[in-house]
Amino acid sequence: MATVSNTFAPSSLGRPLSKTLAIYFKEAKYEFLTRLRLRAYSFSTITFPVMFYVLFGLVLNQKDAAIGGTTIATYLITSYGTFGVMGASLFGTASGLAAERGLGWLQVKRASPMPPFAYFTAKVALSMIFSAAVVCLLLLIGVTFGGVHMPLLDAAKLVAVLVAGSLPFCAMGLAIGYFVGPNSAVATINLIYLPLSFCSGLWVPIMFLPKLMQQIAHFLPPYHLAQLALGVVGAGQRESNWIHWEALIGFSLICLGVARLGFQRDEGKMYG
Amino acid sequence: MLAALQETHEHRKTGSGTGGKVIASLHRASKNFGDVQALRQVDFTVRAGELVALLGPNGAGKTTAVKLFLGLAKPTAGTVSVFGGDPIDAEVRTRIGAMLQVAKVPETLRVREHIDLFSSYYPKPLPLAETLAVAGLEEIKDREFGELSGGQRQRVLFALALCGDPDIFFLDEPTVGLDVESRRQLWEEIRKLIARGKTILLTTHYLEEADALADRVVVINRGEIIAQGTPTEIKASTAGRRIRCVSSLDIEMVRALPGVIEVRRDRDALEIRAAEAEPILRELFIRDPILSNVDVSSAGLEEAFLALTQDHGNAREKTR
Repeated sequence: MATVSNTFAPSSLGRPLSKTLAIYFKEAKYEFLTRLRLRAYSFSTITFPVMFYVLFGLVLNQKDAAIGGTTIATYLITSYGTFGVMGASLFGTASGLAAERGLGWLQVKRASPMPPFAYFTAKVALSMIFSAAVVCLLLLIGVTFGGVHMPLLDAAKLVAVLVAGSLPFCAMGLAIGYFVGPNSAVATINLIYLPLSFCSGLWVPIMFLPKLMQQIAHFLPPYHLAQLALGVVGAGQRESNWIHWEALIGFSLICLGVARLGFQRDEGKMYG
Repeated sequence: MLAALQETHEHRKTGSGTGGKVIASLHRASKNFGDVQALRQVDFTVRAGELVALLGPNGAGKTTAVKLFLGLAKPTAGTVSVFGGDPIDAEVRTRIGAMLQVAKVPETLRVREHIDLFSSYYPKPLPLAETLAVAGLEEIKDREFGELSGGQRQRVLFALALCGDPDIFFLDEPTVGLDVESRRQLWEEIRKLIARGKTILLTTHYLEEADALADRVVVINRGEIIAQGTPTEIKASTAGRRIRCVSSLDIEMVRALPGVIEVRRDRDALEIRAAEAEPILRELFIRDPILSNVDVSSAGLEEAFLALTQDHGNAREKTR
């Protein structure tokens, strides 16, 4: 009885920073393990971009074919890299969030003293790790089998740009995750992901798309990320990088706003 | 060991209940979901060291009450207090353990990993080995959640509630859907917590469970508390005997006998609930010489509960 009859006034939580960081780390670590073991995520996230790249960049590609001085094998690393980053990020955030929200698990975590932000950070970290893995794998395959030559610095730059480019799609995923049901999440994500990829020139290089679609592409976030990546290998559309960054940042903010609405709506349901 | 636990439990049943401080309370708390009134002006307290069972049929408002206590829902009117504070505060939450009804838990994490993560949220968690031991998970600690049986899954959720070594537990239907053996096993584990001096509020629609575990039973129906007391008191308040016999006697005639509370016909048998069995039996034998297959039993908590909720329901209908 001694354990319960001590002070009943709430003591200050005063969790030391090191402890808080440890929670963030553990949350991310276990989110990563959960997803790594979930083949539906880990396998398809890596396999689809790699498969497309091998098929269109290596197998069906004539040797030394190039787009404006950049070999196709190099060009497609950036576009399928963007495609892979998008998939890793959208599925890494939206599908988990939708299921955990809809099926009660998030409520168990919310009832605990978990810092709420740790939950979202873990999903973003996971998405970035898988994004990095996809891009590195594409580079490795390109260099080994596709005759891709790229200075190490450029390769590092490409990985950095694409992994940073994971963030807008994480924001988008969180927004989607708050507005779809647990069972319709995957279908909804695909419905957005695949057409968006195609129209942004991730499957077929943008200059081979009809003029109208090329113009529409300027309003699509994956187009801007792909252009940033292409800029690294010198195959961009010769627009200012600032335009692309601004477009991606603006898009992220809009998505975060939508996600916040969903978050508050959930709170309203829970706290209202 | 087991006997000792049992003894502690018995002792508590008679000895405690009023002594401890109030550590969680709802004060005139109401909760509406749209047009539905899930809780209506409920007053409810939990005292240190007691095990309270919130008993009621599905949709009675049990889960809503638990959500108010956990800060997962805010009352439409009235107040909630846990350890003198608001359960939304992280510091209050470090002293609360919760077991909720979950449709799906991440299946690819191992049992010990789930526990390790939840333990990290609390300032003074139990050592992993101890959590595993109390929840009876030692042998399956390396299994992924998705590989576990229903009973094992519930024990993992139970372990997540207790790993932070909180002072009060809110267990929402902890044994729902479990087979008899798993249920009894979880009961044992809940008793172990009580033996450690913890406070527990559990919801259940199993009357047997409330009877087996609780110091105090609070019966809730349609969002209102309709009775509370020790399990014995609850039973006594609607005590009676149940007589079952095969007879062709007219049901209205039986109903008119003094002392009969309720009669219903079940195929060729009559089921009679009465304050006392003997006077009724005497009358029955006089009126029906070929009466057969007599079975007399005491009305259990089940009947008491049904009677309570039904009477209450009828009273409500009448007042409309």
